[in-house]
Amino acid sequence: MKLTETATAAKPVMIKPGAMQKVLAFASLILLIVFFTVSSENFFRFDNIIGILLSTAVIGVLALGSTFVIITGGIDLSVGTVMTFASVMTGVVITFWGLPIPFGIVGGILTGALCGFISGWLVAKMNIPPFIATLGMMMVTKGLSLIVSGTKPIYFTDDHAKGFTQVAMAKLLGIPLAVYIFFGLAVIASVILSKTIVGRYNFAIGSNEEATRLSGVNTAYWKIVIYVITGAFAGIAGILMASRLNSAQPALGAGYELEAIAAVVIGGTSLSGGRGSILGTVIGALIMSVLTNGLRILSVPQEWQIVLVGLVVILAVYADILRRRRK
Amino acid sequence: MEPLVVMEDIVKQFPGVLALDRCRFELRRGEVHALVGENGAGKSTMMKILTGVYAKDGGRILYKGSEADIPDTRAAQGLGIGIIHQELHLMPDLTIAQNIFIGREPRRKLPLLLDDRAINAKTEALLRQLNLRLDPEEKVSDLTVAKQQMVEIAKALSFESEVLIMDEPTAALTASEIEELFRVIGELKSRGVGIVYISHRMDELKRITDRITVMRDGCYVNTVPTEGTAVDDIIAMMVGRQLYAESKPKPAARTNQETVLEVRGLNRKGALRDVSFHLNRGEIVGFAGLMGAGRTETARAVFGADPIDSGDILIHGEPARIKGPDDAVRHGIGYLSEDRKQFGLLVEMDVKTNLSIASYDGFRSRLGWMRQTRMEQNARKHVEGLRIKTPSIDQLVKYLSGGNQQKIIIGKWLTRDCDILIIDEPTRGIDVGAKAEIYKLLDELAQQGKTIMMISSELPEILRMSHRVIVMCEGRITGELSGEEATQEGIMKLATMREEAAG
Repeated sequence: MKLTETATAAKPVMIKPGAMQKVLAFASLILLIVFFTVSSENFFRFDNIIGILLSTAVIGVLALGSTFVIITGGIDLSVGTVMTFASVMTGVVITFWGLPIPFGIVGGILTGALCGFISGWLVAKMNIPPFIATLGMMMVTKGLSLIVSGTKPIYFTDDHAKGFTQVAMAKLLGIPLAVYIFFGLAVIASVILSKTIVGRYNFAIGSNEEATRLSGVNTAYWKIVIYVITGAFAGIAGILMASRLNSAQPALGAGYELEAIAAVVIGGTSLSGGRGSILGTVIGALIMSVLTNGLRILSVPQEWQIVLVGLVVILAVYADILRRRRK
Repeated sequence: MEPLVVMEDIVKQFPGVLALDRCRFELRRGEVHALVGENGAGKSTMMKILTGVYAKDGGRILYKGSEADIPDTRAAQGLGIGIIHQELHLMPDLTIAQNIFIGREPRRKLPLLLDDRAINAKTEALLRQLNLRLDPEEKVSDLTVAKQQMVEIAKALSFESEVLIMDEPTAALTASEIEELFRVIGELKSRGVGIVYISHRMDELKRITDRITVMRDGCYVNTVPTEGTAVDDIIAMMVGRQLYAESKPKPAARTNQETVLEVRGLNRKGALRDVSFHLNRGEIVGFAGLMGAGRTETARAVFGADPIDSGDILIHGEPARIKGPDDAVRHGIGYLSEDRKQFGLLVEMDVKTNLSIASYDGFRSRLGWMRQTRMEQNARKHVEGLRIKTPSIDQLVKYLSGGNQQKIIIGKWLTRDCDILIIDEPTRGIDVGAKAEIYKLLDELAQQGKTIMMISSELPEILRMSHRVIVMCEGRITGELSGEEATQEGIMKLATMREEAAG
């Protein structure tokens, strides 16, 4: 909420331009936490913090995946419904086919990766604009989830599926596994982006796709790889979601893609490509859930929570534009 | 000594044009070889064939004495042929080292992991060879254009290039940056790299090149040693006198001296310096110069499309405050961009809409309804008056030919009652027959009292159409010639008059 203030406060300090947005987002997160802690004694309590982290996990994993595609200058509108489709497919493997839990997990991730592959192929090989290709994929997977599940939730209540809820909810040191998985994936995503060839080409394509292609890089191939990564992350999010609810809900998930994109954008990743970071996305996702949670504790009606989150997204992007104009 | 590269009898055919007609070019080791010619002479096409961008339709290329096949840019890189393009091909969000090694990153033992320490070290060594003080980990977007160019040169060298092609390398550089570039060129030369240097700047050619090859209209003209060849001779070879003898008698300057537009001391940092000129009623004034001379920038400044740092614009003797294109249009100035499709037309819309788009105030009722009949009347009037060939006024503009599209843009500004038309490259991309038609139309418009500022890179066009010719070089006006006294040689001399040479 205090984005502009921190921007001016941090101005005299010499910080690399790329780090600036992260510092800004991080400072906003701290400010929010301080604000809610002061405003309500119910906010900064172990249970509540765990609740926030747990609710960040699903959207957070989706946002981690979306970061990859957005850095190429593309967009993936299908991650929300791909997530749903992946959780439905996990249900199909475990409950309908009666296979052990690990098969269901692999099935869910593969479903996400396959959807990503198709989107990536449409974008890179058929030259369909990412917005359109993934909009189509969004609707296709939304429909398929309903068809495959017979429009009813799939429950993980069979004997061999009893442990499925533990995937996200088993506790280690009082913290649910889903939270560890989110942060673990964040580390992996961060390593992919900054240390591997995939990440290098990801930034290169977003920065100047034609120059990258002319440098002899097979940009179409790498774009498909990047969409597959985004899809696989959506698959993992689907498994976490299903495990948390102990059921695959075929009607849930639409709209999650926009929250994921919002988290990525708040974290300073540029929608025009070339710039962005995983740390930023993690902070962005946390800002969104801290804000929602804190406002709920302050008894702000849910309608208004949505309005405020919307304003934060606009404010975050505007702060980024201001910062760049000054440079 | 055996030449590094020999290109012989190179032929390149594009649909409708013979771009290269049995051209030749030769490059020795440790030589800086200039390739000169007017815009469209075939220099770039020749070099694109050498670097595998285009496939040749005939002739052969010998590289280090044996025949070489260069099907794509990768093959050229593999042979050690590098090119520094006029527009830089870099990824601004990546570091210097990451840019140099894009597409061939050294990996660690684990399959996908990058070894950034290795590329940083290699880059540092490369930069040291060129005596450049740059940090390999600096982001390219934080560098000046000159430094970015150095990164491109370092990148080309990292391929162990033995041939380096530089296309107008000094176009965007300041004087001290040019010195730095020349130092690096000297460095490369001493290591035996052969350099092809494409430039229009005669003083630079005299300073750093060893030989000069001249091309004209897709043909090889001659190769001469730089030493002992006069600049005038080079220009004469570039222009080729005999070619334009048939153009029609030049228009005489208008006797009527009513000044419609006057520009005084226009300045825009990095683009225009102290530009002053005036345009008279019923006059076509040709603006000649090489690419990047500041002609389009002048037009955009007068039209309010770019902000100016200082200077005055007077219209009919009154100072005019032009802060944006809307102000310019209100003062009766119409601008026809060289890029018609991007800046001039709504190609997905029909003829009548395009003709009225700049004047909608005249075509709507007070409540905002469009007045269809009035639009149609206007469209019919201009389709007839400008002889626009279209099956109907409802035809989508994208289906019309380039010449007819240009006429529609003219009609658009006539609808708006503009009496000053700034036309940038009026016949670019328009075929020969339609060209004559556009010329006739411009003549008629001038006779009707319209004032036309015509920017053109085609000298015959300038000579044929202009009552007066204003020549620009490096953002300054270097001279003015009357229609009668203007010649190709005279214009070229003014167009290549760089500041030092002008003294």
